[in-house]
Amino acid sequence: MAEPLLRLEGVHTHIGHYHILHGVDLTVPEGELTMLLGRNGAGKTTTLRTIMNLWKASQGRITFGGNDITQTPTYELAKSGMAYVPEDMGVFHLLSVRENMELAARSGPIDPDRLEWVVGLFPALKKFWTKEAGTLSGGQKQMLSIARALIEPRKLMLVDEPTKGLAPAIINELVGAFQQLKETHTTVLLVEQNFNFAQALGDSVAVMDDGVVVHTGAMADLAADEALQTRLLGLSLDSHQ
Amino acid sequence: MFDTILSGDYPKSKVLNTVLLAIFFGLALGPFLFDGAVAFSTITNICIFIVLVASYDILLGYTHIVSLAHTMFYGIGAYAVAIAMNSMGPSWGSMFVGVIGGVLVAAVIALLVGLLSLRVKALFFALVTLAVAVGFGILISKFYAITGGEQGLGFRPPRELGPGFKLFEERWYGFNALGWLWNLVTDPGNLGENTKQAVFDVRMSGRIVLYYVIFLTTVGLFLLMLRMMNSPFGRVLKAVRENEFRAEALGYRTVMFRTINVVIAGAIAALAGAMAAMSDPWVTPDSYLSLGVMVNILLMCVIGGMGTLYGAMVGATIFILAETYLKDFMEVAYDLTAGFFNALPEWLSWLSFIHELISPDRWYFWMGLLFVLSVYFFPAGVVGQFRAKELESQIADSEEGASRTEPA
Repeated sequence: MAEPLLRLEGVHTHIGHYHILHGVDLTVPEGELTMLLGRNGAGKTTTLRTIMNLWKASQGRITFGGNDITQTPTYELAKSGMAYVPEDMGVFHLLSVRENMELAARSGPIDPDRLEWVVGLFPALKKFWTKEAGTLSGGQKQMLSIARALIEPRKLMLVDEPTKGLAPAIINELVGAFQQLKETHTTVLLVEQNFNFAQALGDSVAVMDDGVVVHTGAMADLAADEALQTRLLGLSLDSHQ
Repeated sequence: MFDTILSGDYPKSKVLNTVLLAIFFGLALGPFLFDGAVAFSTITNICIFIVLVASYDILLGYTHIVSLAHTMFYGIGAYAVAIAMNSMGPSWGSMFVGVIGGVLVAAVIALLVGLLSLRVKALFFALVTLAVAVGFGILISKFYAITGGEQGLGFRPPRELGPGFKLFEERWYGFNALGWLWNLVTDPGNLGENTKQAVFDVRMSGRIVLYYVIFLTTVGLFLLMLRMMNSPFGRVLKAVRENEFRAEALGYRTVMFRTINVVIAGAIAALAGAMAAMSDPWVTPDSYLSLGVMVNILLMCVIGGMGTLYGAMVGATIFILAETYLKDFMEVAYDLTAGFFNALPEWLSWLSFIHELISPDRWYFWMGLLFVLSVYFFPAGVVGQFRAKELESQIADSEEGASRTEPA
């Protein structure tokens, strides 16, 4: 089996006095979309933030493309091809949509072909190109946040709950965008609570509970096993539909 | 053309456009519009403080870095020029050495302060900078052989920038527009005489040369700062201001950007100090390094509007005009109302406290009140407030789906 693009081995994270991650083991295969599921407070966001070194791993090892990145500063990780889309629609509100995009295109001017592709995924951004990001709706901010991560080719995208608080129509638009992204074989680790969304997109899945990964496997297998869903996620698929 | 000059960063409000144009032309033609030594030193000070406050704004407004050492950099620029001119003589060469030396020393100290303390939280950074500034002030006082200690250090500017130098032999004329307008209102029947009175002589001395050197440097530095804040560098600073973690997650080493910003702000403050020393060649710790000057810079920045740069123009102008002329206005108001209050009947004599309130001795109270009111009515500063109105209309526009621009 090929070496995964990202590997976490026994990662522990403390935030202040709180011990949040208790030895996370996780692999993200190259070119796939891996879903990270779990109940609220299971440690999913902390896992993403620990990978980005926004919170320091107190123990364990993280490798990216075979290199140990446990102590690598956040900005170096971003430079090395990781993009992070935070859960709170992390756009810069006082900058225009254009400035938000230019900021993400670190290597210089935005590639026009790439921009056309990204704007094709999220046509709404085109309309608000010169407006301040703070004036966008929640869904548009989320689109901008994802578009920003896509404006340059990335080796790995870490996306935290992109559907949070969004209307079903916008979620469908996001599913379409991620499906197009999958065609480019970009590796994605996506944290999600919306099981339908996860089921529509995930190749593989990892489920977390109480700061550890309790299940890994193919998304299709989990989607087909209702009993397993109930056991791992604490609720039935019916209640999620 | 304006797009290039202003780096695409327009004031974005008609009222602001008018105010800023009035300030610009008032300063550009200042020596020919305002008569007298006080007016001359006022317009010079406004130029200097526009640079100083704008350099503070790129720290406070654009990156939310609260530094209390900005006067130290201002003082470094002033003392460097004073020491160089004093020891090397009143020549352009020594002035050049002083200016460059001051900027370099300020940049190196700013770099050290930035590297050593920008990793700490905002309040601690402010305290560190305060400690450094106080330490610098003590050094200036102790090394009196070089710095003149508390008494300060005087020097002679180059001959071409002094009052003795004549740029042109013939006299030029200015027109006291404000005085003329005042007389037009108060004494409209005497237009011819008033117009004649409004014309005044302007001696084209070295002081005028110095003023225009300062004015042009101010314009140049202001446009440079505007350019920087609207460049990719400025964009990163604004991103850091909004959310440091997000900027870091996009691949920007935020500490480096913040440090570079501190160095640039320090170097520009030193240039402002050098200009101030040239305009008033007697450099004392009180006029450059005191906490009072620091508070004034902070007030100008807040009143004008942080994070706009244009706010520095508005803030410095309002503050310095108020500081210079409020007392005079109050004196006029006090004298004009004296007759009314003296004529009050006995049973209303208690109202005379109102007259006492507008006594010129109370000018500081009114200045404070002016600032409290300005913060109350313009919480985002004058420029910020007008821009917020513009943003509100933008949101209204976007809700209506109007005026949309597509990517190039």
